[in-house]
Amino acid sequence: MRMIEQKTIAAISTAQAPGGIGIVRLSGDRAKEIAEKIFIPKGRKKISEVPGYTSLYGSAVDENGERVDEALALVFTAPKSYTGEDVVEISCHGGMFIMRRILALAIRAGAVPAQAGEFTKRAFLNGRIDLTRAESVMQLISASGEDAAKAAASGNEGVLQRKIEAIRDSLVSAAAHLTAWADYPDEEVPEITEEELSQTFSKAQAAFSKLLREFDSGRMLREGVKTVIAGRPNVGKSTLMNLLSGYDRSIVTEHAGTTRDIVEDVINFAGIPLYIADTAGIHDTQDPIESIGVDRAVTKLSQAQLVFAVFDSSEELTEEDLSLIGKIGNIPAIAVFNKSDLPQKADRERIRDKFSAVVPLCAKDGEGLDKLEEAVVSLLRQNPVNPSEGVLFTERQRDVIERANEALSEAASALAGGMTFDAVTVSLEGCISALLELTGERISDTVIDEVFSKFCVGK
Amino acid sequence: MRYQAGKFDVAVIGAGHAGIEAGLASARLGCSTAVFTINMDAVGNCPCNPSIGGTAKGHLVREIDALGGEMGKTADAATLQSRMLNLGKGPAVHSLRAQIDRREYSKIMKHKLELQENLYLKQAEITDLFPGADGVWHLVTRMEAEYEAKAVVLATGTFLGGRIFVGDVSFESGPDGMFPAAFLGASLKKLGLQLRRFKTGTPARVLRSSIDFSELEEQAGDEPVVPFSYETQIPPKNTAICHISWTNDRTKDVILKNLHRSPLYGGAIEGIGPRYCPSIEDKIVRFADKPRHQLFIEPCGQDTEEMYLQGMSSSLPEDVQIAFYRTIKGLENVEIMRSAYAIEYDCVDPTAMNATLEFRDFPGLYGAGQFNGSSGYEEAAAQGFVAGANAALKILGREPLILDRASSYIGTLIDDLVTKGVNDPYRMMTSRSEYRLVLRQDNADERLTPIGRKLGLISDERYAKFLEKEEMKKAERRRADETVIPPSSEVNEILVSRETSPISSGVRLTELLRRPQLTYEALAPVDPTRPELPKAVFENVEIEIKYEGYIRRQRADIAEMRRLEVKRLPTDVDYSKIIGLRSEAQEKLGKIRPENIGQASRISGVSPADISVLLIWLSKRDRSAAE
Repeated sequence: MRMIEQKTIAAISTAQAPGGIGIVRLSGDRAKEIAEKIFIPKGRKKISEVPGYTSLYGSAVDENGERVDEALALVFTAPKSYTGEDVVEISCHGGMFIMRRILALAIRAGAVPAQAGEFTKRAFLNGRIDLTRAESVMQLISASGEDAAKAAASGNEGVLQRKIEAIRDSLVSAAAHLTAWADYPDEEVPEITEEELSQTFSKAQAAFSKLLREFDSGRMLREGVKTVIAGRPNVGKSTLMNLLSGYDRSIVTEHAGTTRDIVEDVINFAGIPLYIADTAGIHDTQDPIESIGVDRAVTKLSQAQLVFAVFDSSEELTEEDLSLIGKIGNIPAIAVFNKSDLPQKADRERIRDKFSAVVPLCAKDGEGLDKLEEAVVSLLRQNPVNPSEGVLFTERQRDVIERANEALSEAASALAGGMTFDAVTVSLEGCISALLELTGERISDTVIDEVFSKFCVGK
Repeated sequence: MRYQAGKFDVAVIGAGHAGIEAGLASARLGCSTAVFTINMDAVGNCPCNPSIGGTAKGHLVREIDALGGEMGKTADAATLQSRMLNLGKGPAVHSLRAQIDRREYSKIMKHKLELQENLYLKQAEITDLFPGADGVWHLVTRMEAEYEAKAVVLATGTFLGGRIFVGDVSFESGPDGMFPAAFLGASLKKLGLQLRRFKTGTPARVLRSSIDFSELEEQAGDEPVVPFSYETQIPPKNTAICHISWTNDRTKDVILKNLHRSPLYGGAIEGIGPRYCPSIEDKIVRFADKPRHQLFIEPCGQDTEEMYLQGMSSSLPEDVQIAFYRTIKGLENVEIMRSAYAIEYDCVDPTAMNATLEFRDFPGLYGAGQFNGSSGYEEAAAQGFVAGANAALKILGREPLILDRASSYIGTLIDDLVTKGVNDPYRMMTSRSEYRLVLRQDNADERLTPIGRKLGLISDERYAKFLEKEEMKKAERRRADETVIPPSSEVNEILVSRETSPISSGVRLTELLRRPQLTYEALAPVDPTRPELPKAVFENVEIEIKYEGYIRRQRADIAEMRRLEVKRLPTDVDYSKIIGLRSEAQEKLGKIRPENIGQASRISGVSPADISVLLIWLSKRDRSAAE
């Protein structure tokens, strides 16, 4: 028997280690609906149309319908699933950060990150569990406790905790103020003004936004940086691609314009995962097929988080070379002067100030690769994120902050819209209780304690 | 010589606000009920402030009334002045408070008890309470009468082991100079109850003619008066004025110079006082940088010249009281009629009870009011109603009355008491409820009258009226959803004058009412199809429309909470044997013995991981029980 609709949860269900098959599991009433947003089957049958115990082959995709990885979707229909709810398991072989990416997509599509042991808890709640499994969950719970203890011991967690506590305290103080003002109408509780409140709110909102932003850039380091190799035709982009991936990922010929579609791979570069994409050489072309490739290359470039702009150092810089710089815009980029084994003709100094670094390299034999590594590391580590200032670590933390942020925006718009303070307080408390999830405290007690410690109230 | 004095279904010890509701609920449910009071003139006494209601307390009074209790009606009948607090702060925190004539209140209540069928009001001090072999409770009075009762409600207030402190003077006493219950405490201890000491205090009563009101700010009542009771037909009238004054530097000086003479600071009082209701010396010490404190001068009744000084309770010696009261503007020549005092009394740890307010370890024994660690007339009455009703329901073999947090402030109050326990006398506040926008004072009848009806405490006539009102609310909501207000210069004039944007096409009435700037009243000229309805109906519909989104959010929270509330936990669990629970959780769960998973999750020190362990343990147990 299933009672009230619950949130659909998602988590990576296999060991979070690189390599091997990974599974992202979704469970809940909206599991199929969410899975359809992030998985496109190759065949005609949709996830919501197939019976239980069906597996579908296809691709995991992002919001733009772009393929993330090839994948299998295993569909279970309630109550015949592990949890007793609708379950979809998306498996792929992309390793840790692909799985994390799929999980992130599922969350953006409406799932919430599962708590430790939550699938099993639901299995239990829906009467699907057996004794052995129940016991294994207990182990899981105690294991997650150890993790939590470890995490708490780490510097970042402590800093993050303090940072969130500081935001929370300012909001609790505002809530306490509103509460005292409502609960003690006859007392001399100084009235809190709308300006003061909205200032407190926007300060907290700014702090949330910063945390979320930093999480995203932090995630880049952990989960992979979208990197594009770009340049005019025949400067050696595909050779560089093959050098970086360690095998012949791209077809290399002497002919300019060999690479017509985007070739992608995921590599570990100096400890940083790079989603690397080799693109068609960007230039004016009459060839209709090649021009599609060029368009795609330009689009890909605009979505990149990092660009390797490849130049042929054995030739003078061309107009096409210079126009590439314009297309890169503000995206962090490293200029790679390939063919360093040949006589040098390109004027590196001319474009040096447009790039974070300029690296001479011979893609053919790998000479200079260490310099490129150094450049990437120094560029990405220069990132404004300072872990010692406290950053969000997990999807769950991000989700909590996102919910807190949403509730606070609601409170801010209630305030701006002229709603009475009791409505503002409802949303404000929603925000505080989301924050308290990180510390396991409860709101009412916190606010009440604050009221008594701060205001002289009572008859 | 001891003699057998009679047998009752239910015996209530104490006839204060808790005892009254307990006795009435039990008798009205059909159980023969004895109500014992130490002093027949103490029935429904208000030994502290001469007022009923206030923030959150007003909610309680309306809820008691909606269930079929008596406090609201009697307060309406004794009202001297009424105010709806927090108007403008939002409907969740609107609260009624009435200044009442304390003698009148007490007189009406006593008479109601006297007239109540099945109820026997007796002046007697209970000195001993013990269970007989057959599970029946025996009560012995000071006059050596021995009564039997199947259930007992303890509603002893500040009488139980009462001790008054005024400076270094201290003596055993009940409130208002009445005898304390001096022997019952020892009997309860013998029974095995753990008693603790709490304290509270009250300000001086002073002579009206000795006050110079000429310079003081007046505080009048609100017009028209909204009654507490849904049954009060003719609203009471405002007949009294209150006044406001302030302490000053001299008040502070006098108090600080004499602080060493306070029994509180001298350490004579061991009881824990209420945080929210500090004495004036407490306020001055704790908030040293505050230049002044407000006080209210309130009449105690129509036929008396005694005035109450709200905000000025104290346990300083009488001479110091006279000195500091006389530093206050308007009180320069004040004559004290009754001195301020602190009173210490015995109470229990309410976590020893379950949500019916029955002691888990003593079947048939219930507690209510200050005895349970709460404070306030309204909190007491709410618990009295629940305890009395449950004592009777148990005897009648009926389902118990359990109100959860989402149903009412009463449910929140009781859950807080029995789940979290108290460290100081507990006062109801709107911030105690996480479902404030749903638990409003305007919809107490909607929430609770069906429950009162099921209990059998709501008459046919009243219930029919209630259903009619509910139908009106529904019909008016439908009408608001369907009525389209066309754009016109008239409507746009109203909108612009209220600083909200004009309309250029037809807009539903509901949509206009959603705007914070607009009210039913403001839109009357452009709403020609509006029927004649009671004001309360419009008020309710308007709130439900305006706050719909927030109410929906809270209802979702309630659904989530109730999902855990239906997972019942057996009360005889040995939590120390459940592997996986952290030791703090084992200890807390063993002490509080929650009735369901929801309650367990609210106990401080029980983590979400502990709850998971409990769920799994439950499933294991059910499985092996099935096999």
